[in-house]
Amino acid sequence: MSERGERTGRHGTAVQATPQEMVEKALELSANDGCVVLVDEESTANLRFAGNTLTTNGVARSARLTVISIAGEGVGVVSRSAVRDEQLADVVAAADAAARDARPAEDARPLVEGVPESPHWGDAVEPTDIGVFERFAPALGDAFAAAEAGGRKLYGFAEHSLTSTFLGTSAGLRLRHDQPSGRLELNAKSADLKRSAWTGVSTRDFADVDVAALDSSLARRLEWAKTRVDLPAGRYETLLPPSAVADLMIYLYWSSGARDALDGRSVFSKPGGGTRVGERLATLPVTLSSDPGAAGVACAPFVIAHASGRQSSVFDNGLPLGPTDWIKDGTLDALLQTRYSAQLSGLTVTPGIDNLIMSGPAGGGSLDDMIASTRRGLLVTCLWYIREVDPQTLLVTGLTRDGVYLVEHGEVVGEVNNFRFNESPVDLLGRVTEVGAGERTLPREWSDYFQRTAMPAVRVPDFNMSTVSQAS
Amino acid sequence: MRQIDPDFLDLPLRQLADAALQRARDLGAEHADFRLERVRAETLSLYDARLEGAMDADDLGYAVRVVKGGTWGFAAGIHLTPQAAATVAEQAVRVAEVSAPINREPIELAPEPVHSEVVWVSSYDVDPFDVPSADKVTLLADWSAGLLKGADHVSARLLQVKEQKFYADTAGTVTTQQRVRVHPALNAMKAHESGFDDMSTLAPPVGRGYEYLTGTGWDWQAELAALPELLAEKLAAPSVEAGDYDLVVDPSNLWLTIHESIGHATELDRALGYEAAYAGTSFATFDQLGELVYGSPVMNVTGDRTVTHGLSTIGYDDEGVQGQSFDIVKDGVLVGYQLDRRMALLKGLGRSNGCAFADSPGHMPIQRMANVSLAPAPGGPSTDELIAGVERGIYIVGDKSWSIDMQRYNFQFTGQRAYKISHGRLAGQLRDFAYQATTTDFWQSMEAVGGPETYVLGGAFNCGKGQPGQVAPVSHGCPSALFRGVRILNTVQEGGK
Repeated sequence: MSERGERTGRHGTAVQATPQEMVEKALELSANDGCVVLVDEESTANLRFAGNTLTTNGVARSARLTVISIAGEGVGVVSRSAVRDEQLADVVAAADAAARDARPAEDARPLVEGVPESPHWGDAVEPTDIGVFERFAPALGDAFAAAEAGGRKLYGFAEHSLTSTFLGTSAGLRLRHDQPSGRLELNAKSADLKRSAWTGVSTRDFADVDVAALDSSLARRLEWAKTRVDLPAGRYETLLPPSAVADLMIYLYWSSGARDALDGRSVFSKPGGGTRVGERLATLPVTLSSDPGAAGVACAPFVIAHASGRQSSVFDNGLPLGPTDWIKDGTLDALLQTRYSAQLSGLTVTPGIDNLIMSGPAGGGSLDDMIASTRRGLLVTCLWYIREVDPQTLLVTGLTRDGVYLVEHGEVVGEVNNFRFNESPVDLLGRVTEVGAGERTLPREWSDYFQRTAMPAVRVPDFNMSTVSQAS
Repeated sequence: MRQIDPDFLDLPLRQLADAALQRARDLGAEHADFRLERVRAETLSLYDARLEGAMDADDLGYAVRVVKGGTWGFAAGIHLTPQAAATVAEQAVRVAEVSAPINREPIELAPEPVHSEVVWVSSYDVDPFDVPSADKVTLLADWSAGLLKGADHVSARLLQVKEQKFYADTAGTVTTQQRVRVHPALNAMKAHESGFDDMSTLAPPVGRGYEYLTGTGWDWQAELAALPELLAEKLAAPSVEAGDYDLVVDPSNLWLTIHESIGHATELDRALGYEAAYAGTSFATFDQLGELVYGSPVMNVTGDRTVTHGLSTIGYDDEGVQGQSFDIVKDGVLVGYQLDRRMALLKGLGRSNGCAFADSPGHMPIQRMANVSLAPAPGGPSTDELIAGVERGIYIVGDKSWSIDMQRYNFQFTGQRAYKISHGRLAGQLRDFAYQATTTDFWQSMEAVGGPETYVLGGAFNCGKGQPGQVAPVSHGCPSALFRGVRILNTVQEGGK
């Protein structure tokens, strides 16, 4: 065994240092005032399909070392993948040199101290692989057969990943987080491709994914779509399901940086200076929150920052995260903060957390209940291609997708054409008249970046469908 | 021509490829390819002339793709030993076996001539990674300080990428390639009594080196000097009156409309439904090839992977197909799609036109966009001459917000600035505008395209597609162009205010 912990494998091949060994060695090698080391080991497996057949697939492994070196108030960040043991010293030296050459970082703060070591710090990484689909793939094959027999085509994507992050600092922190993530997106189309329906689920391990049930729910929606109703652009009473609410609220969340609010360049800026924290945004007692320990959507309980930016600071690495209300009972309660921005704003340090949960008044019903109590309105399946139009109001535009249904007297009576909408999620909160029960959901637009959400359906009395989209 | 970096060539490229391809052959794969990549990226961001974030990262690894029993199998690894590469080949075959129950279309690839031992390097003068980061920060800080004299806040960002690829397949093709690209961008923001607004530089991302920041290919001094006054004019501008207008669209805005409404719409994988559950399909379905009237007769669009400094330009794609240039829309009619080898054979189109790309060693190649560009009119009008032909209209400059539906029909775009056109002349800026149209209506309303002197190669680093998500760089060249009767929205009114 070499002094860097390199071992010899069964076939005489060199075995890399473990992530924990890499963290320790990198910290040891850094000659500057402080150092933060992150090692991310990721394994993924995926299946992609279209028209009841496989299109692409794959498994992949990656390992990334990020060295954040601190010299005075200067910081240097060097991140390299697949680092071999003999390259480690060069990576650390590059980060040290970058820190010495750097101008002072505005977010410079003492490194976080006093957080106890993660209990599973020393455990080996157990990667995911294609075997995670051993039971799911045949079930999907059965669903293809059922769809084929029923005149449907299935399209979609199944992905599972495990990311293990190891964080060590010269201030003594040794923290680890293992994040399993999984999702299935399932899209069913009629044989002529004119009717389309979508559903998606997030999962930690695919053990809880019932493909047959999901396919059946899509078959039901394709049946709804057999009756076509063309409607013009306009403002409609609209039921937004949890997935659509998640996409809008995630965008609101990403736009809630304290720095931008303080600089007068966001919807959360107070005219004349300061932020809108403390201002009522929603008429109903809506709460938008994050909680690293929330069941089913658990995420990292400490700050992981590979680079500094508007809403993150490398100096905050390891800062413990707890339950945080962003909007509490309808009132803006907190913004995305680093320790630096919190000092500027005089508000509590509330860093970003990798899940988002929305709830309304107690007793919210299911989406079916909300359909049943609708006299006339639109039921949306999901939203797509959401992009910001005006940051002052957080006006965003986007499309409805894979099924907009007309509800009359408590029942779905047919499918409506798609629309382009122009709406602000902030403004929308002030107009929502009903909030359903929260449930885990997969955002359609943003699930590449954000998968852990629990959202309710909401009723909007006057959703702005700006123009008709011919897409089906 | 520059040479490929020696430290990339020093990697055990051939040994790993040989080990992987041999193991795939031994396990019965009909086809196998091996791709080793190193992608290095440096990001620098400044806010109000102070360094806000810096990251120097790379992505090194390799992938083995096989066709076994008519089914794809793909696996990626990071350990640079022949034994590990052979193991990754075994994993790829295993993935094909697990996937076989859900594959109903046997995979076959269009033939491609063998390109043995070919080397390609993009056109650039100064490797951005040879320039000290401190020098880059100093330059961006100086530029930011200048803009701060006329703005409340200034953000500056510089992205730089060097991509190195080694590819080998069981047919005998072996390619080694290197390309660089840079994207500097600055944004100035200012508040006024009723809110705030901002303006970004128009300089496009390019397949050039650091020379792009020091006078080659863009006049930074001129653009930065003009920006504060343009922002001040925008802040004082009236809100647009919604309605139908004639538009003269500058290349700095039109490239993105081309990207969304032509580039993606003519990807054959979309037209065939492979992206149906994610990025979407296309109104330009395969049965309309050769017949669909996409636009007016002045519309001629090519796909190209060979143009100098293009972001999608490459010698050979990620299936070993040589880069080419091909027609997509000719005299307004759809005549071609962007292809990879599988789709080219599937649809009887002969040779692939070389549009397979993977953004990292961990991802499987999919069909990605060539540099899709709108041709200028030889001897055609200048931008001023196009404006002179408009009685009541708007001239739109610079890209900003964009959105288009999943079949590429309905789009909405804004821009950095818009000018009222009155009686053939510019009459000051307007605010709160967006244009909204259906793709074929829009392109059929294109009355004229500008001449070659109006042509600019725009583009983006970050075109997203596929699952797992992949980003690709792509350029789009276009002249200024005149469109009649396009719907303009007032975005404040759209927000219900």
